[in-house]
Amino acid sequence: MQIIIITTLVIAVIGIVVGAGLVFTGKKFHVDVDERESAVRECLPGNNCGACGFAGCDALAAAIAAGNASVNACPVGGAPVAQKIGKIMGQTAEAVEGKVAFVRCKGSCDVTHNQGNYVGIKDCRSAVLSGLNVTDCAYGCLGFGSCAAVCPQDAIRVVDGVAMVVRKKCVGCGLCVKACPRGLIELVPASKRVIVQCSNKDRGPQVKKVCSAGCIGCMLCTRQCESDAIHVTNNLASIQYENCTQCGKCAEKCPVKVITPPPGA
Amino acid sequence: MKSLILIIITGALINNVVLNQFLGICSFLGVSKQMKASASLGGAVIFVITIASAVASLLYDYVLAPLGMDFMKTIVFILVIAALVQIVEMFLKKTSPGVYKALGIYLPLITTNCAVLGVALTNVQDGYNFIESVFSGFGTAVGFTLAIVLLASIRTRIREEDIPAPLRGAPIVLISAALMSIAFMGFSGLSF
Repeated sequence: MQIIIITTLVIAVIGIVVGAGLVFTGKKFHVDVDERESAVRECLPGNNCGACGFAGCDALAAAIAAGNASVNACPVGGAPVAQKIGKIMGQTAEAVEGKVAFVRCKGSCDVTHNQGNYVGIKDCRSAVLSGLNVTDCAYGCLGFGSCAAVCPQDAIRVVDGVAMVVRKKCVGCGLCVKACPRGLIELVPASKRVIVQCSNKDRGPQVKKVCSAGCIGCMLCTRQCESDAIHVTNNLASIQYENCTQCGKCAEKCPVKVITPPPGA
Repeated sequence: MKSLILIIITGALINNVVLNQFLGICSFLGVSKQMKASASLGGAVIFVITIASAVASLLYDYVLAPLGMDFMKTIVFILVIAALVQIVEMFLKKTSPGVYKALGIYLPLITTNCAVLGVALTNVQDGYNFIESVFSGFGTAVGFTLAIVLLASIRTRIREEDIPAPLRGAPIVLISAALMSIAFMGFSGLSF
């Protein structure tokens, strides 16, 4: 009987000592965790794409909570996320317009030729490294879909030999921009629809030879534009999106129809 | 001094906690997918087992044995080790965030690792004193780390290989672990 009592007492004492020890260390070594950090982290999309420049959403949340990043630093979440985070941080967020990726090539199989002699690994970067002739156009989309492979949202499809971004799915993380060895993909403001869909910097006749849908640098679009938003440099038209009013006049006039028309046109 | 070195070698190789005594199998198989994670877990295990065997030894020598409470050692050790890991975790979090980041998620995992309890009980069983217990704990934990790092490196190699379909995944890992265990049986021929 005695041993039972002693055992119970000793275990109880050990339990109390251990419990007190835990409480003591819990108080003594309490680390202040910034509650805003976890709240901010909740708002972020959580796909850890790294488009903000930080190592994933956790790192961005820590940076925002510490004041090292602005509340609208997440390009994927865009305005809704920025507003939520702004509420947590007690700031009003200026809306950042979301961006989507756009592949500036229109060279599908029916407009350009693909007499390439490349038979290696089906990967754009390998194809470019090989130095072999893959597409006639030295600037065009190779169509092996290295961009589609890196896309975390499965938003890129290779259709008819040209990569295309599904706008609805694209979050604008920019991973495909880095993946394209020919630098065809750019991030454009999500509201902008009028985009030059070519990257060929050759002179008109040479472009004509390799692709019937390529920009020939005729400058008709420049003359059409009322807001000074489209210019031809290096034989290639490009649009300054901040000036562009999406009127679509350049797209109408383009002889090779390489400028995408505005929605509803 | 010689006997202490022998205790470490015995704990690490001859009586390897995983491959010879089959303790701590859960984390051995669970966390051995990647080299880095398994090495971190190994570090955390060395840390915890060394401290736990020291505390368990003190507790046994000065509380349990004098009071004739030998039969309660399992329960007391569980209680104390669980609390100890928590305290160590809080301590690390405050004092060295770097170490905490490296070992952090593995520390609570180790709380319930039977290898920790196993070492504390084996020390008592073998009649080790305080110093011997600490060395034995350290040696055993090194043995655990060795085993898990070896298995992790084998698994990274296996992943690249063309393995017959029925054996893919867990079966081939268990077979590898069994072969490692047989290999480690070779050490039992060591006698000092």
